[in-house]
Amino acid sequence: MLKYILIPLLPFFGFLIAGLFGKYLKERAATVAVGGVLGAFVFAVSAFIDVANGTIIDENFYSWILIGNLSVNVGFQIDQLTAVMLMVVTFLSTLIHIYSIGYMHGDKGFSRFFAYLELFTFFMLVLVMGNNFLVMFVGWEGVGLCSYLLIGFWYEKKSAADAGVKAFVTNRVGDFGFVLGMMLIFTTFGTLDFTDVFAQATPQLAAQNIDLLGIEVGIVTLICLLLFVGATGKSAQIPLYVWLPDAMEGPTPVSALIHAATMVTAGVFMVARCAPLFSLSHTAMNVVAVTGAVTALFAATIGLVQNDIKRVIAYSTISQLGYMFLGLGVGAFSAGIFHLTTHAFFKGLLFLASGSVIHALSGEQDMRKMGSLRRKIKITYAVFLIGSLALAGIFPFAGFFSKDEILWSVYNAGSLGRSLWMVGLTGAFMTAFYSFRLIYLTFFGKSRMDHDVEHHVHESPPVMTVPLMILAFFSITIGFIGMPLIPHANLFANFLAPVFPHVQHGGTDHGLEIGLMIFSVLVAATGIVMAYVWYVRDTRIPDKLAEKFSGVYTLLLNKYRVDELYNYLFVDGLVHKLAGVLHRIGDVKIVDGAVNGVARLIGQASERGRKMQTGFVQEYAFIMGLGLVVLIGMYYVVK
Amino acid sequence: MIPLSWYVLLSAALFTIGVVGVLTRRNVFIILMSIELMLNAANINLVAFSHYLQNLTGQIFVIFVITVAAAEAAVALALIILLARNRGTVYVDEFNIMKG
Amino acid sequence: MINQIVFLYFAAVIVLSAVLTITRRNPVHSVLFMLLLFFHIAGVFVLLNAEFLAAVQLIVYAGAILILYLFVVMLLNVDRESKSDRANRFWPWIVAFGLVIFAEIGLLVARGSFPLEGGQIMNKTGIKELGIDLYTKYLVPFEIASVILLVGLVGAVMLAKKKND
Repeated sequence: MLKYILIPLLPFFGFLIAGLFGKYLKERAATVAVGGVLGAFVFAVSAFIDVANGTIIDENFYSWILIGNLSVNVGFQIDQLTAVMLMVVTFLSTLIHIYSIGYMHGDKGFSRFFAYLELFTFFMLVLVMGNNFLVMFVGWEGVGLCSYLLIGFWYEKKSAADAGVKAFVTNRVGDFGFVLGMMLIFTTFGTLDFTDVFAQATPQLAAQNIDLLGIEVGIVTLICLLLFVGATGKSAQIPLYVWLPDAMEGPTPVSALIHAATMVTAGVFMVARCAPLFSLSHTAMNVVAVTGAVTALFAATIGLVQNDIKRVIAYSTISQLGYMFLGLGVGAFSAGIFHLTTHAFFKGLLFLASGSVIHALSGEQDMRKMGSLRRKIKITYAVFLIGSLALAGIFPFAGFFSKDEILWSVYNAGSLGRSLWMVGLTGAFMTAFYSFRLIYLTFFGKSRMDHDVEHHVHESPPVMTVPLMILAFFSITIGFIGMPLIPHANLFANFLAPVFPHVQHGGTDHGLEIGLMIFSVLVAATGIVMAYVWYVRDTRIPDKLAEKFSGVYTLLLNKYRVDELYNYLFVDGLVHKLAGVLHRIGDVKIVDGAVNGVARLIGQASERGRKMQTGFVQEYAFIMGLGLVVLIGMYYVVK
Repeated sequence: MIPLSWYVLLSAALFTIGVVGVLTRRNVFIILMSIELMLNAANINLVAFSHYLQNLTGQIFVIFVITVAAAEAAVALALIILLARNRGTVYVDEFNIMKG
Repeated sequence: MINQIVFLYFAAVIVLSAVLTITRRNPVHSVLFMLLLFFHIAGVFVLLNAEFLAAVQLIVYAGAILILYLFVVMLLNVDRESKSDRANRFWPWIVAFGLVIFAEIGLLVARGSFPLEGGQIMNKTGIKELGIDLYTKYLVPFEIASVILLVGLVGAVMLAKKKND
């Protein structure tokens, strides 16, 4: 058991050491931090092997809350799903820690950065290992906190601090849903433990309705939708995705670890964890699937025209998370988690590689000021290309297997599935297009760099490129653990099979499956070719099109003005106006009135009361003695 | 034979005199001595009951009471010296900084 | 019978000297009456077969604590009080209050179910048993008491020493 507790604890110790003694350790803090996550990785591998051998751990080791019939323990559950997440989280965390040594070198917040990263790893591990909703929620909130701290890492920059606040506030909206869902789970099931809750999740329960503001809603549906609100916040789905692009204000390793590979997948993980609940509610599943599909397409369209290298990848992250939810929503839970795993590798790779590009260009992030870099930073170019091929879903890179597994499951999910499949395929085309637009703008064509910047272009040090190459290797190969077509070759799905209910099996028409695969690869290839024509061959086409369809172009460039809309509706409308009213009536009249009134009352009472305080000790003692006499007197009276 | 009640009454008388001393006298020395009187009243009770109940615990507690009384006297007298030095008086009703 | 006469003598002297202790103007006189009182309390202890405590009473109370009082009184050179400010202004009330307390305790005794006539009187001196108890059953409190004494000692020195010494 100690072995499993150590998985989250080692990073936590790393956090304590790097955080408390960072001032003395300076850059040696990185050694401590890497040691912490590396240890966690080693134990995670051992836990994975245990699970693969059939040992499922579900153990409580501390009784946390015991009030009435609410009993919450701190306990860990390590099943197949958790084991996969443990591997992904600790492995990527280790690589990104190592990469950060190079990337953050010379930053004055060096040890603080590593302390936060360690804390994040700790909370993420708590999130995936918790055996009840509350422990999961602790991790859930903890990673949100770390995300806030790391987005606003360069807090002197106003945009970074604002982005941190935005991420935090947006996540709060989602967390509100999560908390409500958790409360409803408790009132429904009387417990928060995963195993107990899922054991009680039967079709009979799904038939129960509750009255919500006059509307009859299935209780399981309501729970799932509330939990999903939480997931949309954490995993950046419509309508709560707005924080993720801004989160790119943080250091690039943070974007890679938190805002691409691990934390944003927490929502996907949570929905997958609650698969027994979700699979009871068709409504909730459809909501998940539609939200995922719409987000996948929506974010992809924005990604088409962005000029900031990290923002393009950020929108592609939102889009890929949409695919994961699409997969979960049609009941292909293992496909969703599979895409989560492959995505973690190639998206982590893309972010780290873009970090390497930014590093090479002395901090330049605008793709319009790049170009022709492929000969100057060869390793970065190579790994970037691998990452983009994986993202675009070209055979045999990792993204191909997972994305096609999702799309194949979607295709088989009835008539709604067919239309969502179309949406997904369109998204896949756009994904291929914008990821290669990024490649061509950055690495091909003529150099558009400033002269000073061009002079300084240099490849990153090995401490950065080695993690990149490792990730690139996995981006090529990781897909093969989920081989389609051949029976029993999909190791990944077989491994996860015990965790998920069998909602829907993929179709058995292998001919059709192969046909669709070839079709989607062709679609992606078309996107790549189109990007090549537009951005390398004839670079005037994009400008002409932008001129012709200037309305659409501006709309996309401004991200559909969703930020402005939210600002208008919630920040200005709701917050400022409502806050004004609340301030004038609620605060000034009621709260202040009550507070001042009580203060005045007590003031007047004490004006009189202080006269009793003569400061004369013997008098006090006398009163005390008088009390004693009265007490003894009472004894006689009573007796 | 001396009845136990005699001892209890003697200690009650001594205790009452101590209380009156604490509450009436202005001189802080006398107040401290009155406290010693009350402690002695308690001691007489303890020893008397220990004797009549054939139990040594009472006597042992007297030893502890005497110990505490000694420590108390030392600290209290140090405080009095400090007070007399800083405020120039040993009369309790002249220390009135606690007055509301 | 003789015991009762001896007890009454002790009790009378104890009460009388206690009254004198709290009424004398001169603190030095008070201390001397207190000395007298302690001697007679030691006598009561002997009546109760607690010879060891009688000795402790004399050595610690009369020999140490009272001498400490005497030192401080003389050190501070407290003036003889004038008649008007010996006691505070509501002393008659407090005397009445004291009588009420005494009456209440007396009532308690009168109604109480004490072994008023005494059960088996302990004839052994008990010093040996006392020592064994003190060093076995009550070892921890005993050690704590010694720590309290040490703290009192250090505290007194710290408090009384001049700041700029």
